[in-house]
Amino acid sequence: MANDVWVYIEHKEGAISPMSFELLGIGKELAAGFGSNLCAFVIGAGVDDLAKEAGAYGAAKVYAVEGDVFKDFRGEAYAKAAAFLLDKYKPEVALFRATTMGTDVAAAAAAQLGFGLCTDTIGLAIDGGKVKMARAAFGGNFSVSVVNEKAAPQIATVRPKAYAMPEKGAGTAEVVKESFALADADVATKVVEFLASASAVNLVEADIIVSGGRGLGNEAGFAMLQQLADMLGGAVGASRAAVDSEWIPYEHQVGQTGKTVKPKIYIACGISGAIQHLAGMRTSDCIVAINKDPDAPIFKAATFGIVGDYKEVVPKMIEKFKGKLGR
Amino acid sequence: MKIAVCLKQVPDTEAEVKWDIPKGTLSRDGMDSITNPFDEFALEEALLTKENYDGEIIAISMGPEGAKDVLRNALALTVDETALCCDDAFAGSDTYATAYVLASAIKKAGDVDVVFCGKQSTDGNTGVVGAELAAILGFSQLTQVGKVRSIDAGAKKIVVERAVEGGIEVVEAKLPAVVSVIKGINEPRLPNLMGIRKASKIDIPQWSAGDLGVDTGKVGAAGASTKVVEIAVPPPRGAGEILKGELEEVANMITDKLIDLKVIK
Ligand SMILES: Cc1cc2nc3c(=O)[nH]c(=O)nc-3n(C[C@H](O)[C@H](O)[C@H](O)COP(=O)(O)OP(=O)(O)OC[C@H]3O[C@@H](n4cnc5c(N)ncnc54)[C@H](O)[C@@H]3O)c2cc1C
Ligand SMILES: Nc1ncnc2c1ncn2[C@@H]1O[C@H](COP(=O)(O)O)[C@@H](O)[C@H]1O
Repeated sequence: MANDVWVYIEHKEGAISPMSFELLGIGKELAAGFGSNLCAFVIGAGVDDLAKEAGAYGAAKVYAVEGDVFKDFRGEAYAKAAAFLLDKYKPEVALFRATTMGTDVAAAAAAQLGFGLCTDTIGLAIDGGKVKMARAAFGGNFSVSVVNEKAAPQIATVRPKAYAMPEKGAGTAEVVKESFALADADVATKVVEFLASASAVNLVEADIIVSGGRGLGNEAGFAMLQQLADMLGGAVGASRAAVDSEWIPYEHQVGQTGKTVKPKIYIACGISGAIQHLAGMRTSDCIVAINKDPDAPIFKAATFGIVGDYKEVVPKMIEKFKGKLGR
Repeated sequence: MKIAVCLKQVPDTEAEVKWDIPKGTLSRDGMDSITNPFDEFALEEALLTKENYDGEIIAISMGPEGAKDVLRNALALTVDETALCCDDAFAGSDTYATAYVLASAIKKAGDVDVVFCGKQSTDGNTGVVGAELAAILGFSQLTQVGKVRSIDAGAKKIVVERAVEGGIEVVEAKLPAVVSVIKGINEPRLPNLMGIRKASKIDIPQWSAGDLGVDTGKVGAAGASTKVVEIAVPPPRGAGEILKGELEEVANMITDKLIDLKVIK
């Protein structure tokens, strides 16, 4: 029988984020395929609730490393604890979310164990008794599948939203508390403060993104997109050209050198659809393109295309949504 | 202060990318190569650190001989030393093997206080070599850095701002540290003619597996633990539907279609 499937439960200071349990859904499928158990693992201070809640999302067992030293997220400390657990139990596969936190832990833990990992995975399947991990390469023009033959466990970071959140059930998990002693003096980093950004954008978690490019013409265009995004409960994204024009900060950039996003709806306004932009959004579920050039490459990637001036189309959409959604 | 910067040569993404499908590797023939865009920020940060705090810089790359171009560009921008980790045994390395080779080079360079690297490479796109380097070297792990507030080589301390989900985290760390930088941390400068001329005459040392004391069983295609088992061209998204008609009509259609997806709450 194959070993268990493990999912890392991400949190910020013990708080459950809606997406913390996202990977338990695909984890469950893989565990069923292997005929093994789905387990979760969590590292932190005061993470009892998280550990319990993981059971409701399908984990049979939850391994928890707790300690004051883990109060603030510090990649180095978390990775040491993760490497300790993974080395002790050697699950078949360990899945992390491809967020800044998840990637920090996964990469450093894998390196401590002495092997590589697959990052930003968008497909996981069992093949020949191993988990085959697929990731996009070169702007999503290619998909490359890798197997980590020498690694135990195989480690993958998985693109947020690549898999649906599992349903919350009534299950409970057995919580296994593991002691892993780490002195604060042995951790070389210290979080001094956290500055929540006023324009805090969490593009990676957003279900709806309204994005703008050079075609917006100016900063005011983004105010219009913000209005639409607010109405839909979405976030605002941008092309590099718009960021380089200083109409919007870099943290909004989508694409090869920006964020990779996979929202349910991506509305691209005044974006031509360069390969580097597509690299960051082409796996979105539904893409709407609004562009005045009927030959713009973005239309080839779009689910729905509207040929027109965004300055006319977007206000009209806002007006219609207002009526239909009663907002 | 001793500063190291890791520079990777990548294919110009504006060029067409070709894969050698049977080998599972990139076919680099006839492709233009450039310095990985994020590494230009790393290099600039190294230069600024040198100017502000005094120090010397070694620029390190792992790759084929052609990768000397990126090091020569760094020389033109006045880095003090360079080293190209180059050995047939390194070909086909995965991220861990890459980080292992680079870590060995950083050790060989001796007493490095801070290593700058880019957030990610635009070809590998993995964005993990920085964290792996820190783990292998036992250096402080500082990823997603959008600003270096201060470096104190005497007190062995660095303070940086990390761009994380929802805001900025200010982190203080002990040196030595690996700092991987994001776009926007600085404005990379361009080399001038004199710099380019000078750089063209400098010899770039090449470090082999033997020079680095690297275990060849752990690197290259043979040592890589991640193996490419399949390269596929994903099915095209399928030509979308262009909504035609008067503005009024089109706006009606698109809003209906989006509401039907039941995503808007
Ligand atoms: C190494 C590298 C990395 C890169 N990384 C990224 C990245 O991460 N993200 C990214 O986005 N780009 C990236 N780029 C840049 C990319 O190649 C394109 O240059 C960029 O995406 C173009 O942005 P754009 O579509 O907004 O602008 P343009 O290509 O100029 O397109 C503007 C579009 O707006 C349309 N338009 C104009 N006016 C209107 C109007 N009133 N109404 C509707 N439509 C209108 C035009 O028809 C046109 O199609 C990268 C490039 C390189 C070389
Ligand atoms: N072959 C290489 N030579 C030098 N530096 C590299 C190499 N590969 C990766 N790096 C560094 O590691 C960073 C992250 O790369 P990656 O994990 O491949 O996305 C890059 O921005 C470089 O600074």
